[in-house]
Amino acid sequence: MHVGLFIPCYVNQFYPQAAIASLQLLRKLGVKVTFPPKQTCCGQPMANSGFEHLTQECNDLFLQNFSRFDYIVAPSASCVLHVKQHLHSTVDPALAEGVRSKVYELVEFLTDVLNVENLNARFPYKVGIHQSCHGLRGLGLAQMSELNAPSFSKPVQLLNMVEGLELVSLDRPDECCGFGGTFCVAEEAVSVKMGKDRITDHTKNGAEYITSVDLSCLMHLEGIIQRKKNAVKVVHIAEILNSTW
Amino acid sequence: MEKITKDHAALAEAFIQNEEHVDWHDGALWWIRQKRDIASKKIPEWEALREAASQIKNNVLSNLHDYLLQFEANATRNGIKVHWAADAEEHNAIVYSILKEKDIRQLVKSKSMLTEECHLNEYLIERGVDVINSDLGEYIQQLDNEPPSHIVLPCIHKRKEEIGALFHEHLGTEKGVSDPTLLTRVARKHLRNVFVTRRAALTGVNFAVAETGEYVVCTNEGNADMGAHLSDVQIASMGLEKIVPQKKHLAVFLRLLARSATGQPITIYSSHFKRPREGQEMHLILVDYGRSRQLGRPAFRDSLKCIRCGACMNTCPVYRKSGGLSYHNTISGPIGAILAPNLDMKKHADLPFASTLCGSCSNVCPVKINIHDQLYEWRQVIVREGYAANTKVFGMKAMAWTLSSPTSYARMGKAGRWVLNNIPFAVNNKLNPWFKQREMPDGRKGSFDEWYAKNNDQTEEADEH
Ligand code: SF4
Repeated sequence: MHVGLFIPCYVNQFYPQAAIASLQLLRKLGVKVTFPPKQTCCGQPMANSGFEHLTQECNDLFLQNFSRFDYIVAPSASCVLHVKQHLHSTVDPALAEGVRSKVYELVEFLTDVLNVENLNARFPYKVGIHQSCHGLRGLGLAQMSELNAPSFSKPVQLLNMVEGLELVSLDRPDECCGFGGTFCVAEEAVSVKMGKDRITDHTKNGAEYITSVDLSCLMHLEGIIQRKKNAVKVVHIAEILNSTW
Repeated sequence: MEKITKDHAALAEAFIQNEEHVDWHDGALWWIRQKRDIASKKIPEWEALREAASQIKNNVLSNLHDYLLQFEANATRNGIKVHWAADAEEHNAIVYSILKEKDIRQLVKSKSMLTEECHLNEYLIERGVDVINSDLGEYIQQLDNEPPSHIVLPCIHKRKEEIGALFHEHLGTEKGVSDPTLLTRVARKHLRNVFVTRRAALTGVNFAVAETGEYVVCTNEGNADMGAHLSDVQIASMGLEKIVPQKKHLAVFLRLLARSATGQPITIYSSHFKRPREGQEMHLILVDYGRSRQLGRPAFRDSLKCIRCGACMNTCPVYRKSGGLSYHNTISGPIGAILAPNLDMKKHADLPFASTLCGSCSNVCPVKINIHDQLYEWRQVIVREGYAANTKVFGMKAMAWTLSSPTSYARMGKAGRWVLNNIPFAVNNKLNPWFKQREMPDGRKGSFDEWYAKNNDQTEEADEH
């Protein structure tokens, strides 16, 4: 099994440690992983701003980079969802369709493809899970509170394997943090208010860390936390699952 | 009409200034969302009901022409006078002509979002007809000369103290009185007088049954009934899409509507109107006002399945933090944002962008409208049609993004520099709204691709033992 590691542009630049953790974790689990160079962007920020018609170049590059792998894995639910829903090709639609079905967010790859049952990880902290909306309602990584349906959670399934980790429960377990791509600047006031309220939910319930499958949410929350000099920290779930000490 | 000069972002920012008030507004609506959750989870077949409702509405939209004619024929047979209105102007003119013929200068009106859309009150008042809204929330909004901010809870953005002050000014209650029970009693006294003296009553329509020619009006206050039963002339205004094929289908919708709206098992009054009383005249106006145009837009026609329960507003974090009036449209919130561009794309170009696309709306919606997908689609349409100006620089940024990618991306050498200069939320520039209340992510740690180039051979070897 050969996995292509898809590292979204902003993760590459701002959160290399999450990308490294993803790579190490997959290799630890015996997977052959390659990071194809010259990755740019999945095109989501453009498409969500109404410019999907300008994303073809991004799509083509993505296909060039990744079509040769058995699976494509990314530590970002949002980018994965975008690729799954919107990756198209004008020259080879079948190729694009094939690639769309091989793209996995890291957590679901661990639970659904690798069927991971234990992890050699230790993270002795109180952790709150921030459900990324694209992971939750888009990829179905956990059951959303809106539906009358049996509950499950792939991130929780994995975090429960981590020694010393204590999950805190939240008042609003799956409310959006307000990042929303360009929404975070276009609707700055609402975006920040939403983020502030999410952080409060975590801190008042005792979280020392906020974790998520999406760094975009965490980047937004971290920006607010740092401005307010709040003590809570953000950490991508890959770093927790890869933590060994 | 006041001209809209501010977009959703600006109006929302103003609303958020008073953070304590926002927290209260957010909490009140979240509480209703929770009541909806509890009620929906008490019914094991909830998701099946939503699916049934969705399918019934799909059928209605696919056969709307036939159902409308069937409804018209049956309603007419029952003694209801059916009128057709292409737009707001025609609707308003029909209402006025009905009243004028009877020389009626006073109208009592129960909750009807359609007449709000049509600005009926203003139209009638200009022509010397006095209108009183009898739904308590709408009555309060009318006193304050403000449109409703929520389709089910018209004055949810007002605290009881503000309502007390309004009552003091307009209804002569004692200054400082804000006890809800007391204020409701005062309003009721005023409204009772209205009910007994008004000869004409107008109601909205929640459902119209094609098979029987009857229509159903749901209220919690019984105000539609009070008005209707005491009137000589009863008028119902109805959007074309309110049809259900058969009476039995009401069993699906009535169970969903109240649970989704407020968490009640059923609205207190679900009144069926079928034929006029002896000596009474009953009119029903079927209003298009953009609906058939929306029906012709494949990506957006599902928005016409809406039963106006308000659940998508209550669950929407953007709505809860920004208030209904920031949508500057009669129907606010997520559903308003997919309906409004159909009526005036330029004026409402900002609304599909007033969302994080979190998807909560689509999953509480009792008729399973894919609201967040439609928001995404409207963004594409608005940009294509050239109305992206309202969304300011971000479209431009996205454009620059494409143009520099992937070829110029590679030319830039370090990917990091490109990211810092191009990603809308990470543009390294102190004027970026990101910085107003957030620190910039730290880009100095070195990027992953650099790390990988340096470390990969070793790590791969180490792992492939
Ligand atoms: S779109 Fe759905 S949730 Fe929103 S008001 Fe209409 S029926 Fe209710």
